[in-house]
Amino acid sequence: MVGVFFRLVRRELVLALRGGIGSLMAVVFFVIAVTLFPLGIGPELALLSRIAPGAVWVAALLAALLSLDRLFVADHEDGSLEQLMLGALPPELVVLAKTLAHWLTTGLPLAAAAPVLAILLNMSADGLVILIVSLLLGTPILSLIGAVGAALTVGLRRGGALIALLVLPLYVPVLIFGVGAVEGAVLDTGVRTNLTILAGGLVAALALGPLAAAAALRMTTE
Amino acid sequence: MATRTQATTRRGKGGWASIHFFANPARFLRVARAVYPWAAGAAAALIVAGLVLGLYVAPPDYQQGDAYRIIFVHVPAAWMSLFVYVVIALCSIASLVWRHPLADLVAKSSAPVGAAFTLITLLSGSLWGQPMWGTWWVWDARLTSMLVLLFLYLGYIALHAAFDDPARGARVAAILALVGVVNVPIVKFSVDWWNTLHQPATISKIDSPSIDSSMVAPLLLMAAGFMAYYLTVLILRVRAEIASRRIRNLRLAQVSR
Repeated sequence: MVGVFFRLVRRELVLALRGGIGSLMAVVFFVIAVTLFPLGIGPELALLSRIAPGAVWVAALLAALLSLDRLFVADHEDGSLEQLMLGALPPELVVLAKTLAHWLTTGLPLAAAAPVLAILLNMSADGLVILIVSLLLGTPILSLIGAVGAALTVGLRRGGALIALLVLPLYVPVLIFGVGAVEGAVLDTGVRTNLTILAGGLVAALALGPLAAAAALRMTTE
Repeated sequence: MATRTQATTRRGKGGWASIHFFANPARFLRVARAVYPWAAGAAAALIVAGLVLGLYVAPPDYQQGDAYRIIFVHVPAAWMSLFVYVVIALCSIASLVWRHPLADLVAKSSAPVGAAFTLITLLSGSLWGQPMWGTWWVWDARLTSMLVLLFLYLGYIALHAAFDDPARGARVAAILALVGVVNVPIVKFSVDWWNTLHQPATISKIDSPSIDSSMVAPLLLMAAGFMAYYLTVLILRVRAEIASRRIRNLRLAQVSR
């Protein structure tokens, strides 16, 4: 079963990488979205460094949202999702494999690109490491919650916009604790509580997310 | 063991205690028709009594003057907005576990009512905030979590509406409601946390002393009235929903003939 699981992850990664620039869309969007903040707010460095943690986190959250509508839809359209649901792997693990691949192709690159963007926004260097750590803990939660939203809307014609409406309210805690950790590092008020809560959220999302998403897939693909 | 057999036999007979009693829409419609005038009457009487007591009898607040009277609408609406979400979540469990047809209908029909209560809470709070805080909106923890609750309601309604087949839409939306109900306390906790982190500096928040009994009575009356109002609207909406599904089935039968 472990072998099948990792073969599925590999398949998703290969599919994503062969998509060319499409697989990097999340990071490209992330970079462009962050550049919009100085253009909208003004180039004043003090102000930018004040908003940097929040701006980077909000942009990362929207970038993670961007690719969610393709998570199950492509496989649903060509029928392979049904085969996966019937296959040796329980649907919960199918969801987990696809979510892991989604995170490896979006969340991980986002965390890697974030420090550069934070420097563009004049964020103090104290926060950079914590920014990466908070994104590494937070973006998997975004992928897991997003998988539930994607599974709920998989057969629908206008699923894409609906996912945003379903998922964004559920992203609120991740955003708050993620930004809280980075601000704690920048202002030197402590990061431990925020990161611990994020880690706890990740464990809970790992346990519950695939269950909910698999239950939704059983209904939307039947 | 004995209690268990008892429960099974009672369920077998389909008694009042059984959740399957109302699985039959015709039986539900009979009961609903009998309850409806009482619920509507109670809603009207309680809300009128609550308004009279709240707007004329209760004394003005020593700090806030007459502006505080908005709580007689605001607080019951806030209670109801949470209560209705809990009803939707419980119905979602019944819908997923037992495929209970009435639970689907109640959950679906409750959502717009709950969203309306949430909106009333936000609007009345904002109207109260203008004279009290000097601004229509502050990013107070309670306001923010109410706003998120409104978004959850809207998502639930939109997901329901996106499915052509109402039965499938109901079960998919039920999963969303359960995910939401796990998330509501987390959102509440996180927003409280966020608010203490960014303590707003300029707000002259009035500390709330314990409330006088002349103000409690209208509050409770209004709360009971809102509850009766919810029941009234719920019965109307469920009846309309049953009727529209019958029409749909008749149309489908006509087409397939």
